[in-house]
Amino acid sequence: MTLSQRLRDIDWIDVWLWVFRVVIILGVVIGITRKLFFGAGTTYDSSDWIDFFISGLSQGGLYALIALGYTMVYGVLFMINFAHGEFFMSGAMASTYLIASTLAASGFINEQPILYLVLVTVAAVLTSMGVSLLTERIAYRPLRRAPRLVPLITAIGASFFWQYIFRGLFGSAVKAFPVPTILEGRVNVFGLDFLKVRLIVIIVSILALIGLYLFVQKTKTGKSIRAVAEDKDVAALMGIDVDRAIATTFAIGAMMAGIAAVLWGLVFKQVIFSMGFVPGIKAFTAAVLGGIGSIPGAALGGFFLGVIEAVGPPLILEGLGAPGAHQLKDVTAFLLLVLVLIFRPQGIIGERLAEKKA
Amino acid sequence: MNTINWRRVIQVGLIMGVVVLIASIIGMVQTFDERDMIAGLLTLGQLLLFAPAFYGGFSVAGKDERRAPVPTLLAGLLAGALAAVPVVLLVALAGFWTTIRDYFVNVSPQLIEILTFGRESVSGSLLLLGVMAGLGLLGAAIHLIPQRVRRPFINATMFTLVFSLFSDVPLNIANQFLSRDLVRLVFPSKGITVVAAVVIFALALAVALWWEFSGRARRQQQQATITPEARRRNSLIVMVVSLALLLVLPRILGIFLTNVVAQVGTFVLMALGLNIVVGFAGLLDLGYVAFFAVGAYVTALLTSTGDLGLGVNFWIAMPIGVIAAVLFGIVLGIPVLRLRGDYLAIVTLGFGEIIRVLVRSDLLKPVIGGAQGILDVGRPNFGSFTFVTPEHYYYLILAGCMLALFIAWRLRDGRAGRQWMAVREDEDVAEAVGINLVGTKLLAFAIGAGFAGLAGAIFGSRVGSVFPNSFELLISINVLAIIIVGGVGSLPGVVLGAFVLVGLPELLREFVEFRLLIYGILLIVMMLVRPEGLWPSAVRRRELHAAETDEPSVAAAEGPLHEEVQPLV
Repeated sequence: MTLSQRLRDIDWIDVWLWVFRVVIILGVVIGITRKLFFGAGTTYDSSDWIDFFISGLSQGGLYALIALGYTMVYGVLFMINFAHGEFFMSGAMASTYLIASTLAASGFINEQPILYLVLVTVAAVLTSMGVSLLTERIAYRPLRRAPRLVPLITAIGASFFWQYIFRGLFGSAVKAFPVPTILEGRVNVFGLDFLKVRLIVIIVSILALIGLYLFVQKTKTGKSIRAVAEDKDVAALMGIDVDRAIATTFAIGAMMAGIAAVLWGLVFKQVIFSMGFVPGIKAFTAAVLGGIGSIPGAALGGFFLGVIEAVGPPLILEGLGAPGAHQLKDVTAFLLLVLVLIFRPQGIIGERLAEKKA
Repeated sequence: MNTINWRRVIQVGLIMGVVVLIASIIGMVQTFDERDMIAGLLTLGQLLLFAPAFYGGFSVAGKDERRAPVPTLLAGLLAGALAAVPVVLLVALAGFWTTIRDYFVNVSPQLIEILTFGRESVSGSLLLLGVMAGLGLLGAAIHLIPQRVRRPFINATMFTLVFSLFSDVPLNIANQFLSRDLVRLVFPSKGITVVAAVVIFALALAVALWWEFSGRARRQQQQATITPEARRRNSLIVMVVSLALLLVLPRILGIFLTNVVAQVGTFVLMALGLNIVVGFAGLLDLGYVAFFAVGAYVTALLTSTGDLGLGVNFWIAMPIGVIAAVLFGIVLGIPVLRLRGDYLAIVTLGFGEIIRVLVRSDLLKPVIGGAQGILDVGRPNFGSFTFVTPEHYYYLILAGCMLALFIAWRLRDGRAGRQWMAVREDEDVAEAVGINLVGTKLLAFAIGAGFAGLAGAIFGSRVGSVFPNSFELLISINVLAIIIVGGVGSLPGVVLGAFVLVGLPELLREFVEFRLLIYGILLIVMMLVRPEGLWPSAVRRRELHAAETDEPSVAAAEGPLHEEVQPLV
């Protein structure tokens, strides 16, 4: 083969992708090296890094809870439920404005902090479920057999619809989420220093994830969801009510989003109508990271993304000498999403879905 | 005989009631109430309040022409009354729960005043109930009128409502030619006068009646006997006349409306580009604003006379901006175009967000100014003549749109267009017949990016400065909504969509707050009811309705969802 023939046979797109990969890897390696061995940027001691890691872990727990909704719906319908971030937002907004602020004003919040959290969570979960079931019924169910991008477009529409409905209902201001005083401050567990809320988020999210996994694996309803995910028509022949199973899937995803909404309020102490969009996209990233369609994958992806997002900017970006690295936190998440989708669309641990099915 | 389904009547009535309730408590009714349509008689807020009751009555009466009048009227009355029930309950609730505003910020005393017509709450609520029940009755009663009379009446009413709603347009045109006193006679400070409304309704009714009883038949006869040459000559005349009209448009419209049209034109340009990507090639791109931003920033950096700029001539900078956008499209496109449709959508969304964060960040601040943006963007000029007024930019944008329309039209009917359509319908088959998938998609991506880059370049110069705020995700969604509402893949649809989604909200300033809410509703409703758009391309109309008209049973019996091979959008 002559040189010109060889040149012609090269797939230039592969070359470009390789260049892309090499640049990214080089950037990461150089960044870490410069940070750790040459002390670029601010210097952090080991307790700072542990702090970054823990806050990343708790952030990751939130992403994991939201990611479940994406992954379960995708598993059943093969559709990206773009509006899922709004289910999360709706729970946070309604519970804060209607329940939490009232209970905080009456002093109930510090008399019965546990009952307070339970009531707020119930309100958030119910709102999220209601919004999600309405969306499913009106915007998705009639389009089950439509081309794939059609429900994606209605999902985008639903996302804006809910954002602005809640903006209209409760206003566009930032509202404080009341946190019981007992949850403020830090706590020391196993020699590690946690912010109390962060610890709670990590524990609750892990418990919720385990509970959900058991529900899907062990109960009859869970089985019907898995059957519908496998094959809707055969499931229908087996006597499973497909519409009901799909609605249940939406409701469970929304329930997790509602729990995440309260935890989010505890950590960030404020809610606003536009709060659902960015966590939604990041949770989707987490779902894809872990392999969309897989529940343990979504959990793993969530924690992974949270940690990367917390540790990445100070470690890599500051190492590369980028000013204002914390501003670029969102870029790390989106960049990770783009990279994963381009180079490993099946996710870190996800099984490879057949081309047509996925 | 009695075909009224009472369960459905109750259902429709309550759904309409919930619609009215939501429109009220999110503040829509109150905001829209500031827009007078017919002075002293009707505001847009009231229209929003009453239309659902009327529609409820209209829809429960059904399409059957041989129905009994009494149950039909009763059904309409019931549906209308039910549509009022939730808001009446709201009024009652607000009466004794005085702190409701702490929870629902838009349940204001003004809203209650609108809902009760400014009376005290019991009599006001009863009046509201009565009015809405009456409207429901009216909606049902319309079915009892023979169709040939009904249709002209409905059309004339619609025309009067639309005319009064967009009275800014005739007002501005009239201001160009007529004396102020004469204009004030028809247009008071807002909306139109009652007398004017009556006159307009009468005129519209006369035209509609003429059309119903004589015009349509004559037109049909003409259509049937026309020769191909005459038809061609007619369409040529239409084209020449409309072109001439476009050229003199700023003179007719005045500055305000010219600015609106220029804004619409910017979006037409972008939508034509996205239409190639989404409509022709079937690639859903949610990060389209990135290319708009690249075009705007590159041009602004080159032409700006401020600290960051180079002060290059606009005519040199604009092509560079477009080329930069195209290159950016190619660089982005290569890695992502192998992805499946919905993943592609999310990746492009991710890219759009990355761009948004980057332009705001300190990282790029020394180059592109961060949140402060770039000021003093250069203006285009011919020798000593510089583009300054909206009118000048109108012509620039018009030229851009014409160019884009021409390119899109020629590409659609050429080899590239057929390749795009093949890829859109089925990638595997397209590849099997020898189409280079990535190359074909990349071409669509690059051309789409180029159009957006051009729009961005002109936009930056027209506004005079470039800020990160101008490049939110919202723009991408806006453009997407335009092509979906107008008709995916249809060139006239894109233009129509831009006028509806960009032009109308510019005219109705009250819409601003609820613009995205309305876009969201439109996206859902269009997908559910009319996926082919307002002005669909001929091919897609046939595709989407083939199943309904020809073989309904086949469509119903099609295989499971994930095995279907269908066009993407």
